[in-house]
Amino acid sequence: MIDARGLSCPMPVVMVQNEVKKSSPDELKVQVDSMVCVENITRFANSKKYEVEVTKKDGEFELTLKKQK
Amino acid sequence: MTKKINLWVIITGVAVGIAALALTAFGNPANMGFCIACFLRDIAGATKLHSASVVQYVRPEIIGLILGSTIMAVATGEFKAKAGSSPATRFIIGAFVMIGALVFLGCPLRMVIRMGGGDLNAFVGLAGFAIGILIGIFFIKKGFTLKRNHPVTLTEGMAMPGLMIGLLVLLLAVPTIFMFSEEGPGSKHAPLILSLVIAIAVGALAQKSRLCMVGGMRDAIMFRDFNLIIGFGAIFVTVFLGNLILGNFKGFSTYLQPIAHASQLWNLLGMVLVGWGSVLLGGCPLRQLILAGEGNGDSAVTVLGMVVGAAFAHNFGLAGSAAKLADDGSYSAGGIALAGKIAVGIGFAVLLLISIVNVLKKKKKEGAEV
Repeated sequence: MIDARGLSCPMPVVMVQNEVKKSSPDELKVQVDSMVCVENITRFANSKKYEVEVTKKDGEFELTLKKQK
Repeated sequence: MTKKINLWVIITGVAVGIAALALTAFGNPANMGFCIACFLRDIAGATKLHSASVVQYVRPEIIGLILGSTIMAVATGEFKAKAGSSPATRFIIGAFVMIGALVFLGCPLRMVIRMGGGDLNAFVGLAGFAIGILIGIFFIKKGFTLKRNHPVTLTEGMAMPGLMIGLLVLLLAVPTIFMFSEEGPGSKHAPLILSLVIAIAVGALAQKSRLCMVGGMRDAIMFRDFNLIIGFGAIFVTVFLGNLILGNFKGFSTYLQPIAHASQLWNLLGMVLVGWGSVLLGGCPLRQLILAGEGNGDSAVTVLGMVVGAAFAHNFGLAGSAAKLADDGSYSAGGIALAGKIAVGIGFAVLLLISIVNVLKKKKKEGAEV
């Protein structure tokens, strides 16, 4: 689980990018607290062939990135 | 989702371009329909933070951009009061970004507008901007961070929108308390209500689309994400075509461009400072206004840093002086005084220090919370 809450652009995407580069996980969960981060991470994840599910809770978001089969 | 966002970015870019052309047609200085750096500097002058008599005016565009962002953010549920991500550091970076912009004579947004007007000096600025962004990216890849922000009270989130409402009320009710230029760029402005309404619309669109001049290039380089850079292109194309249609375009040249100088080394270095600082901040001056409107207290502090940077730039003669044709026909290419050159040098030293220290801090705490 990556906790990218409260970090400004582009740090959340960088954290996801580093994790994807390091271990290329089948599934990765990311916590963020703004729609901008949701959009940026989704674009990045899609470009790396990950599907993204977003759940919203108490004004925060949890993204689940799953490698496309 | 991606396609929708692209569309908003294009719409916003075109809207910014049209708004810039319209505001210039209605009275704003040439190639300065929108300039965040110039307009914050004019507000600094109007509120007597500096006394350069030619750049003093309460620019309604700044008020409108921030309030437009607030309106859109509230309407879409994105208004969030948050702060606490190295505010003092951001204040200082904001001040130096402003000094760099005033050495070049424009923020990244005006740089694109100047490019669309045929000002080749601005293309030199673009090269500097790109170099600055690359330096910033280098430190981000090394782990640079200004740490997290946190939820804060509504008063903190509303500080900048509140300030803007206050400024607008004072401007309408008691304009005589402000200084207004009688000549020079500060004296040239579109009608107040028109500027305000256009800027509210652009601010709302910029909030929705996340338009950011530095973000466009940064994301393209770092992630091969071309979403935001499309907005950059849309502004350029709109302004360029608009100038052609309106008959303003006189070809590409470095000679006697409106409120610009042809001292290329300093056009370049000024924008290196802007690009580097903006990457560290996470967004260009326009984006800082928009974030401040969304309730981000750190961006509000950054904007205040930019205002203070503008005051310093004019109180200490750091800003560039524009090219001029004197009455006797002699041409001056304009440029930067020694103090401005030293300030840019200090700016690089300060940004380097901030960049290194905030990377080292992270390395020391490897594995700990960033």
